[in-house]
Amino acid sequence: MPGLRTETMTVNMGPQHPSTHGVLRLVLELDGEVVRSLRPTIGYLHTGIEKTAEQKKWQQVVPLVERMDYLAAQSNSLAFVLSVETLLGLEMPQRVKDIRVLITELQRIASHLIWLGTHALEIGAVSMLFYAIRERELIMNINELVAGFRFFPSYFRVGGLREDLPRGFHEAVNAFLDRFPAKIDEFEGLLSKNDIFMRRTQGVGVISADDALAWGLVGPIARGCGVDYDVRKYFPYCGYETYDFDVPTEREGDVYARYRVRMRELRESVKICRQAIARIPPSGAWACDDPRVVPPPKDKVYTEMEALIQHFLIYSQGFTVPAGDAYVPVEGPRGEHGVYIVSDGTNRPWRIKMRAPSLFAIQALPAIVQGGLIADVVAVIGSTDVVMGDCDR
Amino acid sequence: MDAPAVIAALGPLVPGAAYEAGASADFATIYVSPDRLVDTARALRDTPSLRFTALVEVTAADYFPRDPRFEVVYHLLSIPNRLRLRLKVRAGDSDPVPTVQGVWPSAGWLEREVWDMFGIVFDGHPDLRRLLMPEDWEGHPQRKDYPVQIRKPAQTYEPLEISEEEFKANLERDRQRRVAR
Repeated sequence: MPGLRTETMTVNMGPQHPSTHGVLRLVLELDGEVVRSLRPTIGYLHTGIEKTAEQKKWQQVVPLVERMDYLAAQSNSLAFVLSVETLLGLEMPQRVKDIRVLITELQRIASHLIWLGTHALEIGAVSMLFYAIRERELIMNINELVAGFRFFPSYFRVGGLREDLPRGFHEAVNAFLDRFPAKIDEFEGLLSKNDIFMRRTQGVGVISADDALAWGLVGPIARGCGVDYDVRKYFPYCGYETYDFDVPTEREGDVYARYRVRMRELRESVKICRQAIARIPPSGAWACDDPRVVPPPKDKVYTEMEALIQHFLIYSQGFTVPAGDAYVPVEGPRGEHGVYIVSDGTNRPWRIKMRAPSLFAIQALPAIVQGGLIADVVAVIGSTDVVMGDCDR
Repeated sequence: MDAPAVIAALGPLVPGAAYEAGASADFATIYVSPDRLVDTARALRDTPSLRFTALVEVTAADYFPRDPRFEVVYHLLSIPNRLRLRLKVRAGDSDPVPTVQGVWPSAGWLEREVWDMFGIVFDGHPDLRRLLMPEDWEGHPQRKDYPVQIRKPAQTYEPLEISEEEFKANLERDRQRRVAR
């Protein structure tokens, strides 16, 4: 038609939009329904944890880093304690390693359940959220049993664990592991062949393997486009090389492929948990026996002078870590979680830096959604599984 | 592959560059001068024996009062060769570091965060704005000479409807009422 004029429209999405997983703001330039450009703005949840950590003693940093990625608290603290233990040169007893593996795998299941519930909710499958949260509640109960704290257990400590496993731990974990595989079947029955879900996700938000690596998206997003990289296989920690599990990958690189990868990861995590719980004896070592880091048992504190002094030193001054730097990655639910620490040889960290997988995912968002439809933006954000606390730290 | 092996592989690829192996507790660390950083990055990414195709982290550490005070730290990952490498660049208070965005696009926001937190300028960065702090923030919080506790008045676009004195007076009044009850 002559004289018809078109122009693009700028729309602000967030920071309080319900489908931006926290406080993420997107400035979208729309041409009708098509996204011409997208500019994310972050920083609304920045709390300066890395600066705060420099004022704390090493052991006091553990609860702080758990508050970064609040859905995968124990992946954060595992990365932190492993990096400090690298500088200290500590080797953990086998039982501690197995408990750490078990707890972080349960954490992965809990995080993936929140992803599954919210992602499906945003695409229209509202009831998925309730089913997913119901199962996650059981993992929160296990956390409460172990540490008395559901969300941020701070159960991992430099040098081992905070205390031994409680009575009834094996039964609670086994009960969950017996129940959960049937629930995964139920979830997949609801979504995997669901016509609406497939139309909303297949061929949407495609990214190639080369682009995923160039944007640093190592984790489930890269596995959704055929990169079989998983820290647990490539750079094993906590004895993951002794566990039998597969790294699920898909070829398509779209939202549906990322969904398939995470659903299969749930099954692999159950597999690892079963092996771990079978290996963990009901009682045994729950910390290494390095007197620099681990306080002596309480009965010795009451009866031996040296033990009392050592206990007092650890709780008043903390321990010193040799000068140097270390970066230890672990496979978190969102991809490679890593902590880079610098020590100047004192009892406080000189610098700590968390590698935040969500930051990379949001940075790559324009590359994934440009040229797509505005409705797909919601599907893509859900499929990247971003946590703004992790992104902004 | 340890640091001397990486340096030996890089030597013929980037003529004229001086590398230095760094001490480390986990994997190879090499220091590179800022002027050869981009050439080194490209060689690290494209050489078949290295293939560091993913940049997983860029950060910095402030060693104030040492001179030069900053170290910019790049963590690289090679999936085909199962290798990790830590690349370090020393920078002074006002020395710019070239951007590596042309080699790894993921460096964009990470360098913005380093600028935001440490005030290190990345030469050639197309969009060097603050990432996490508000755009009108003064100072760079992760510097060691930046105070930990600061008081900042509330920033609003409209005048506050109640002054701080009135607010405190209200609190005191409520407390008195509770005591009287």
